[in-house]
Amino acid sequence: MLFLKKDEYVIPQQLVKGEAGEFVRITDMTNPKALPVDPTFPFNQNLQLFLSGRKLLLDEIPFSLEEIHNHYLHGYVDYRQGVIFDGKRLYCCRCGNKDAVFFASFHCARCKKKCWYCRKCIMMGRVSQCTPLIIWTGPTPHFSFQKSLKWQGTLSPSQKDASIKIKEAVRERKELLVWAVCGAGKTEMLFEGIEEAIQSGKRTAIATPRTDVVLELTPRFQQVFPDIPIASLYGGSEDRHRYSPLVIATTHQLLRFHEAFDCLIIDEVDAFPYSADEMLQTAAELARKKNGSLIFLTATPKEVWQAECYRGKRNCVILPARFHRYPLPIPSFGWCGNWREKVKKGQIPLKILQWVKSRLVSGKQALIFFPHIELMEQALPYFQKMDGRIEAVHSEDPNRKEKVQAMRTGDIPILLTTTILERGVTFPNIDVAVVGAEDDTFTESALVQIAGRVGRSPQFPTGDITFFHYGITRAMIRSRNQLLRMNRQARMKGLIDS
Amino acid sequence: MQLFKTDLCLLCSSPIAPTINWESLLFGPNQKPICEKCYAQFSPIREPACKICNRSLDKLNPKFYQDGVCNDCIKWQQSSKWKNVLEKNTSLFEYNDFMAEVIARFKYRGDYAMAKIFSQQLKQLLQNIDYDLLVPIPLSEERLYERGFNQADSLALEAGAEPINLLRRIHSEKQSKKSRNERIHLPQVFQLSQAAPPFQNKHILLIDDVYTTGSTLRQAAVILLQAGAKTVQSLTLARG
Ligand SMILES: [Zn+2]
Ligand SMILES: [Zn+2]
Ligand SMILES: [Zn+2]
Ligand SMILES: [Zn+2]
Repeated sequence: MLFLKKDEYVIPQQLVKGEAGEFVRITDMTNPKALPVDPTFPFNQNLQLFLSGRKLLLDEIPFSLEEIHNHYLHGYVDYRQGVIFDGKRLYCCRCGNKDAVFFASFHCARCKKKCWYCRKCIMMGRVSQCTPLIIWTGPTPHFSFQKSLKWQGTLSPSQKDASIKIKEAVRERKELLVWAVCGAGKTEMLFEGIEEAIQSGKRTAIATPRTDVVLELTPRFQQVFPDIPIASLYGGSEDRHRYSPLVIATTHQLLRFHEAFDCLIIDEVDAFPYSADEMLQTAAELARKKNGSLIFLTATPKEVWQAECYRGKRNCVILPARFHRYPLPIPSFGWCGNWREKVKKGQIPLKILQWVKSRLVSGKQALIFFPHIELMEQALPYFQKMDGRIEAVHSEDPNRKEKVQAMRTGDIPILLTTTILERGVTFPNIDVAVVGAEDDTFTESALVQIAGRVGRSPQFPTGDITFFHYGITRAMIRSRNQLLRMNRQARMKGLIDS
Repeated sequence: MQLFKTDLCLLCSSPIAPTINWESLLFGPNQKPICEKCYAQFSPIREPACKICNRSLDKLNPKFYQDGVCNDCIKWQQSSKWKNVLEKNTSLFEYNDFMAEVIARFKYRGDYAMAKIFSQQLKQLLQNIDYDLLVPIPLSEERLYERGFNQADSLALEAGAEPINLLRRIHSEKQSKKSRNERIHLPQVFQLSQAAPPFQNKHILLIDDVYTTGSTLRQAAVILLQAGAKTVQSLTLARG
């Protein structure tokens, strides 16, 4: 859209009635200062609840442009640039993209000019040079909920430690890394911190890379915070139109927020796409208030962060033990020669064959991880010769949910998988093998996550993890050492019984 | 040494290795807009295809076509109003799930760059079709403002052609779930654009993103024929 430029303010072209003047795109103006807030203005509370802390396209706001503009004139709303182009470099103000590869231009029917837009965040609606981003600049809504946590459970001693550190980070607006092994029970240790945040009127968000996790966490939190309106946001979700003290969202959805959160909790900070994607780091940065606290949760922090934790350079709390007080199962390494060549010739290395057979005989279920879909699918028929019920699953598999379910009910004895089952999904009593553990796909963090699938339930706290390889990598050694170190620490602190 | 910068696939953002051969050394790298993995998910129209609407016949039950013409087209040909209105349609790909996603990203998300995926192939097709004027199916003004561009126009422009607007939409785009019969008797959707240059006795090629039922294209064709066009054909990215 275009704006008519006045000395002190702008008017959207659609609302201009007969006044002459220069119509310009928001990208071509220097941002005029937001107008001063008029405290006597009877602002629309619904608009406030909807827009506060957001950064939205006009199409995303279910209020008339007249009403939005009226709030702008009284200092409650501001129009901000969407895409900036200084003649050399492009910058997307929504997602922070500045990589020329992810911009394209077209002759725009709205501004009648060559108009650059951001392709990086196109899935959230197009932001181009003539697209303003609309933000709320009036007072933020107040809320306060006393004693909102209704939870009967108890925390383990290490969860208690973490919970105290989290509360402190919320209170003192600090950054904190919570390094918790797979199975430590990280959801519970957030409860008290979030209660404290909400009690003191601090808006909080939990962001996670995967929609599955949003869907899983929302009812869990709603159950323990029954009186708190929780917004659950992911691609295609409904409740976008609520102001909520607690937001549970995919990291992508943070792009629609602007200096909104006093406390931002980022789950699985090591996982795709957050660490892989600069865009989502920017999103997290922009969605948080300047002095807001930032809490990272992970089972496998990146190497730099690990070093910082051990040297005391990073505020962190480590949970080295699972809630069931058994040690983490440690992977063993098994050399299996040039397995790729073998698979291509229609063979499976003997060691792997034996490993599979002994599982089939004892009836223990297993996951076998492959680095690539193609090799896995080539190998599948040879596995099926041992047992026709063996299946394979990957990210683009339309029957993915059904296969995971069949694994749960025991109808599949052994499931071949790519790294999609590396996190999140848990089966109570399984062994795990990695075929081609030397592959680049299997980073230190991926291998720790894979090992974390084993021994999760208190009834079956142990299990076998074998990394079949054609050459040991640094990632394999580091992942094993990481798990050994955690067990040592847990023993020292008396957090495991054996 | 890296001779040429690596491009990223417009669809999946994975790097595409540039093909280097004598041609690329002379004329610069031949840049592929998408990777092979993505490209393999499109399904090109294969012969035998309906002589009129270009729909693939190989997967169709033989009782749904006769002498190389599909039953839908036979019905169009039986109507006195629509007989021979659209001489022929040519499409590049079948409208499979993958194409549906790409078109949705192009039209509804507004990712204009999608038009560049098809520019080379459309260019080649255009060279093989005998026509005088290339006419995009227009959008209504509201819809054009909403989307920021007309997908048919963009496909033509990115293929290096010069589309000419002869038509204007007087009806909204919403082709609601009407029966085929109702669609055949639809009121006027298009009228001639005031700024249309004369096109008497010209061979016209309409361009659009998808041929679904063929009724939109025929609505456009009939107006052009009434105003003196000699023949009207159509070209679409996908055949639904
Ligand atoms: Zn962007
Ligand atoms: Zn524009
Ligand atoms: Zn691709
Ligand atoms: Zn046909």
